[in-house]
Amino acid sequence: MFKDTMLDPAGPVSAATRDLFFDSVGLMLIVVLPVIVLTALVVWRYRAGNAAAAYTPHWGGSRLVELGLWFLPVLIVVMLWFVVWNRTHDLDPYKPLSSGQPPLVVQAVALDWQWLFIYPEENIASVNRLVFPVGRPVTIELTSDSVMNSLMIPALGGQIYAMAGMQTELNLMADRIGIYDGRNTMFNGDGFSAQVFNAEAVDVAAFQAFVAEARNAGETLDGGSFKTLSTPTIAGPVRLYSGVEDGLFQSIIASHGSMPHMEADTTTAPHAEHNP
Amino acid sequence: MNSSMLFGKLTLDALPFYSPIAAGGAGVIVLGGAVVVGLITWLRAWPYLWREWFTTTDHKKIGMMYVILALVMLLRGFVDALMMRAQQAIAMNAEGYLTPDHFQQVFSSHGTIMIFFMGMPFLFGIMNYVVPLQLGARDVAFPLLNAIGLWLTAAGAALVMASLVIGVFSTGGWTGYPPYTELSYSPTVGVDYWIMALLVSGIGTTLSAINFIVTIYKMRAPGMKLMQMPLFCWTALCSSLLVIFAIPGLTVAGGLLALDRYLGMHFFTNDGGGNVMNYANIFWIFGHPEVYILILPAFGIFSTVIPTFSQKKLFGYNVLVYATMCIAVLSFTVWLHHFFTMGADANVNAFFGIMTMVIAVPTGVKVYDWILTMFRGRLRFETPMLWSIAFIVTFVIGGMTGVILSIPPLDYVFHNTLFLIAHFHNMLVPGMLFGLFAGYAYWFPKATGFRLDETWGRRAFVFWVAGFYLAFMPLYVLGFMGAARRMAYYDQPEWQIYFVVAAIGALSVLLGIGCQVIQLVVSIRHREGTMDLAGDPWGGQTLEWSTSSPPPEYNFAVLRQVSALDAFQAAKEDGRPYIWPTHYEPIEVPRNTALGPIFGGLAFVLGFAVVWHIWWLAAVGVVGVIGTIIVRSFATETTRIISAEEITATELRWHAAVRARQEANS
Amino acid sequence: MSVQVRHHPGINLSHARPEDERHTEVTVFGFWTFLMNDAILFALLFATYATMVNRTAGGPTGPELFDIGNAFVETLVLLVSSFTFGMGAVALKEGRERAVTLWLGVTLVLGLGFVGLELREFASLIGQGATAQTSGFLSSFFVLLSTHGLHMLVGCIWIVVMLVQVSTFGLSRQVRSRILRLGLFWHFLDLVWIVIFTTVYLPAVAS
Repeated sequence: MFKDTMLDPAGPVSAATRDLFFDSVGLMLIVVLPVIVLTALVVWRYRAGNAAAAYTPHWGGSRLVELGLWFLPVLIVVMLWFVVWNRTHDLDPYKPLSSGQPPLVVQAVALDWQWLFIYPEENIASVNRLVFPVGRPVTIELTSDSVMNSLMIPALGGQIYAMAGMQTELNLMADRIGIYDGRNTMFNGDGFSAQVFNAEAVDVAAFQAFVAEARNAGETLDGGSFKTLSTPTIAGPVRLYSGVEDGLFQSIIASHGSMPHMEADTTTAPHAEHNP
Repeated sequence: MNSSMLFGKLTLDALPFYSPIAAGGAGVIVLGGAVVVGLITWLRAWPYLWREWFTTTDHKKIGMMYVILALVMLLRGFVDALMMRAQQAIAMNAEGYLTPDHFQQVFSSHGTIMIFFMGMPFLFGIMNYVVPLQLGARDVAFPLLNAIGLWLTAAGAALVMASLVIGVFSTGGWTGYPPYTELSYSPTVGVDYWIMALLVSGIGTTLSAINFIVTIYKMRAPGMKLMQMPLFCWTALCSSLLVIFAIPGLTVAGGLLALDRYLGMHFFTNDGGGNVMNYANIFWIFGHPEVYILILPAFGIFSTVIPTFSQKKLFGYNVLVYATMCIAVLSFTVWLHHFFTMGADANVNAFFGIMTMVIAVPTGVKVYDWILTMFRGRLRFETPMLWSIAFIVTFVIGGMTGVILSIPPLDYVFHNTLFLIAHFHNMLVPGMLFGLFAGYAYWFPKATGFRLDETWGRRAFVFWVAGFYLAFMPLYVLGFMGAARRMAYYDQPEWQIYFVVAAIGALSVLLGIGCQVIQLVVSIRHREGTMDLAGDPWGGQTLEWSTSSPPPEYNFAVLRQVSALDAFQAAKEDGRPYIWPTHYEPIEVPRNTALGPIFGGLAFVLGFAVVWHIWWLAAVGVVGVIGTIIVRSFATETTRIISAEEITATELRWHAAVRARQEANS
Repeated sequence: MSVQVRHHPGINLSHARPEDERHTEVTVFGFWTFLMNDAILFALLFATYATMVNRTAGGPTGPELFDIGNAFVETLVLLVSSFTFGMGAVALKEGRERAVTLWLGVTLVLGLGFVGLELREFASLIGQGATAQTSGFLSSFFVLLSTHGLHMLVGCIWIVVMLVQVSTFGLSRQVRSRILRLGLFWHFLDLVWIVIFTTVYLPAVAS
C-alpha cells in the first residue's frame, strides 16, 4: 500500500529519509509509550471505586520527581538535536548527490496548472512528464511563472517551493527503474488537483530514445510558444519541444521582478537565488 | 469589474446562484437567520435581549455570548468539514459533487472559522467567565473594552457568514498565501472578505487581551500573589500576552496584502519588487504563537479539571507555571518551521528544527504533571475528566508527529500533505477542542445553576473520540502515500478507502455533535434534578466555586483575603469555606451601554463596504467609529450602585441554598 | 489595599486620592500594554522595510529620492513638540489649567506642522513619479511613514478633544489621566520617528 512512497524508497534521498523517520520515531517512543501506558494504568488503579489504592490528596510536588520529568524529555531532545543538525545538512535538497556521474540538470517551471521541464544540456523540453536516467543524480532548478508551487516526487524524496522571480533547487536520484508520481503540493487554484506528472526513471538507452523523440517533436520552445503554453490549463497533455530558446529559464525568472540587489533576500531564504 | 458610486462592486450577480449547493447553503443561512429573528420577535424577546445581554458589560454574560457565538460557528465550520470529507470520499477519478472553486471556498472557510471564529471566541468566552471569578474579583479591568471585543469578534464572524450569501469567500486557505491571493490571481471579493474578517476580529481580540492582562495583574483578590493564581489564570495571562505580541503580525500581513489588492502596491506581488517570502515570515510570526494562544488556555482547563476530579492537589504547580511561560516565549522562535521547504540554508532550517523540539520539552513535562496529578488520587469519571484523559493519550500522538515535522528532512516529505493536516488536527482537536468541551461541561453548572446531562455527555464523548481517530488516522496514512492537502479530486485508487474511513469518522463526529445538542436540550428540561444553587457541584478548589451558581452580577459580596494557592480548597480545609458578614456594603458596577453593538455594527458595515468598494459607506463607518469614541469620552455617568439591601437579599437567598445543600449532604 | 499602592513612573498625579491612584494605575497599565502591541506593529513594518529596501524594481532608490533636510526639520518639529508636551505635563501636575491649554495648543500646532511637512514630502515624491505603486521599496516606505503619520493625526485629534475637555470639565481626574496617556502616546510616536529617521533617512544619506 505504500508502493513508491518514502516507505518504499526508489532513491537514496527517500531511503535516507525513511531511516531518519524510523530513528526519530524510535527515540520519541521512549517518551510517548510510557505516557500512554502510564495513563492507562493510573486511570485504572486510582479510580474512585478502588479503595485499596493509595490516596494522597495533598501531594503536590517533589523536587526529585520534577527534575526527573525534565531530564527524560531533555535527554531525548538533545539526542534529536544532533540527529537534526547532521541529517538536515546531509539531506539538504541543495546538496549535490554523490555519484560517479555528473548530474542531469533539469529546469522546472511551475505554470497554471502544469509543469514545464527544460533539459538545457539536451536542449529539449517536456511538459507534464519528467524523464531521467536511473542511477544518475538529477539537479532540478525550480521557478514559477505563476503563484507559489511545490514540486514533490514522493518515491524519490522531498519537495521544494517554486517561486516566481526566484530560483530554488532540488537534488534527487532514482536507483531503480520506474514511473513515479510527481505533483505540485502547494495549493494554487482551480487546476491544482490535476497538476500531476509522471517522473520516469529509465535506463540510459531509454533516456536517449526520449531525447531523440523530443528532438523530433517539431515545435520549439521560445518566448511565443511559452506564452501559449503558460495560459491556464487544467490536466494538460504531455508535450515535447525539440529545442529551447537560449536563456529562456533565466528570462522567465527575470520577467517577474527585476531586482538589481539580490543579496537582499538572504534574510529570508538564502538559497532562493535571483537572476543576477 | 465595473463599480458604481452607490453600490461599489456589488451587483445582483453577487447572489450565490453559481452552484445549487452554494445557493442551498445561503438559503439555509438566510432561512435560519429569519427563523431566529422571527422567533425572538414572536416571543417579544428583543427588549429583554437588548437590556440583559446585548448591552451588558458583565464579563459573565459576555463570556456566555462568546461561547454561544463559538458553538454556532462550530456548526458552520463542521458542516464545511463534512462537505470536504464527503467530496474526497467520492472524488476518485471523478469530479465529486463540488466544483473545485466551491471546494476551495469550503476548506478556506473551514480553517478560518475554526481558528478565528470557533476556537478564539470559545476560549475567550471561557476566560471571560472564569478568570475574574478565579481571581476573586468583582469585574474585569475594562468592562466596556471587553464588550467591544466581543462585538468586533461577532462582526468578523458575520462578515464570513455574509460571504456565504453575498459574493464568495476566499479560496486561499486560512493562511492566504500570496501571490495566489493577490488581485491578479484572486480577482473576486473572497480574499477581501477574509482579510476584513480577520482584521476586524483581530482588533477585538487585542482589546480583550489587554483587558485580561490588566485584570490579571491588577485586579486579583487582596493578598493573592501571582504564584497563588489558579493555573488557568496563568494560561489566560500567557495567551493574552501572546495575543498582544502576535496579532500585529496578522494585522500587518493582512493589511499589506489588502494594500496590494486595493491600492496596487507591491508587497507580495510577483512583479514590482514584491516579496512573497516576507508574507510567509510575517504570517507565521503570528501564526505559530496563535496555535499556543489557542492551546495554552485549554492546558489551563485540563490543569483545573484533572485535580478536581482526581480529588487531589495539582502536581507540580510551579513547574506548570514555568513550563507555560517557556512555551509562550519559545513560541516566537519557531515560525520558520512552517516553510522549511522554501529553500532556506541547511543551518537555518536545522536551527529552527532544534528550537521547535525545545518547545516539546515543557509540553512533555506538562503531560507528566497531569499524570502525576492523577497518581494516588480518587478519580471520578464525569465528562470533563473523560475529555481530559482522552486529551492526554491523543495529544502525545500529535506531539510525536509534530516532532517528526520539526525535523527538516522529514518535513520536506510531509509538508503540504495530509500528514500535516492530520498532525495539526491531532493537536488542536484534543488539545484545544476537548479542553473547551471539558471547560464547557465543568463550568456549565456555575453559569446556569444546573449540570449538563451525564449520559448524553458520555455518548457525545464516545462519538467524538472515535470520530477523531477514524477521521484523522487515515490522513496520516495518506500523507505517507504522498497525498497533498486541499485536493478536490485525485486519481489514485488506493487512496479512496482511507478517505471513506475519514468520512465515516466525520459522520461519527456528527453524531457526537448531535448528542451535544440533545444533551443541552435534555439538561435544560431536567434541570430540576441537577439544580445546585449553592455553587460547588464538583468539590472545586478555586474561588469561582465559593459563590452562588449563577454568581450575582458583582460576583462576590465580600472580597476574600487570599493567602494560599487553591484558595477555596484551603478555606474548606480550614472549616470556613464561606465569608458571611452580618451586613453588606453597596457595590459599584458598570452601567449597560449600547457601545458594544454600535462598534460591532460599524465594524461590520465598514468591513462590508470595503469588501465591495462602497467608499461612501466606508467613510460613514470610519467617521462613525471616531465620532462614537469622542462622544463616549464625554460621558460621565458610566457606573451605577447596587444597594446594600439588594445585595443582602441576594446573599441571604444563596446562604439558604448552601445550608440546604449542607444538610442534604450530612 | 491602600497599603500596597505602587506608583508607576509617568503617572505623577498630585492631590490624588487613593482610589484615583488605583484607577489611573489600571488604565495606564492597560495603555502601556496597548503601546507594546503598537510597537510590535511598527517593528514588523520596519522589518518589512528592511527586506524591501533594495527591491526597487528598476525604479528610484532611497538615496536618489530622500530629502534629508526636510526629514531633519520634521525631526526637530517632533522633538520640540515632545518638549512642549512635557511642559504641559508639568503644568498639569501643578494644576495650572491655562498653561496646560496653552502648551497643548502649541503641541497641536507642531504636530499638525509635522503632518504637513510629511504630506509635502509625499507630494514631492509623487510629483517625481515615485509613488507607492512604483516598487516594493516605495510601497514599504509609504506605508511605514503613513502609518506613523496616521498615528500623529490621531494624536492631533486627541489633543483637540482634550482641549475641549479641559475647558468643559477643568482638570478633573479623568481629564488628567487622559492627558497623561496622550503624553505617553505622543512620546512613543516621537520615539518611532527617531527610529524612522535613523533607519530610513540616515542610511540613504550615508550610502
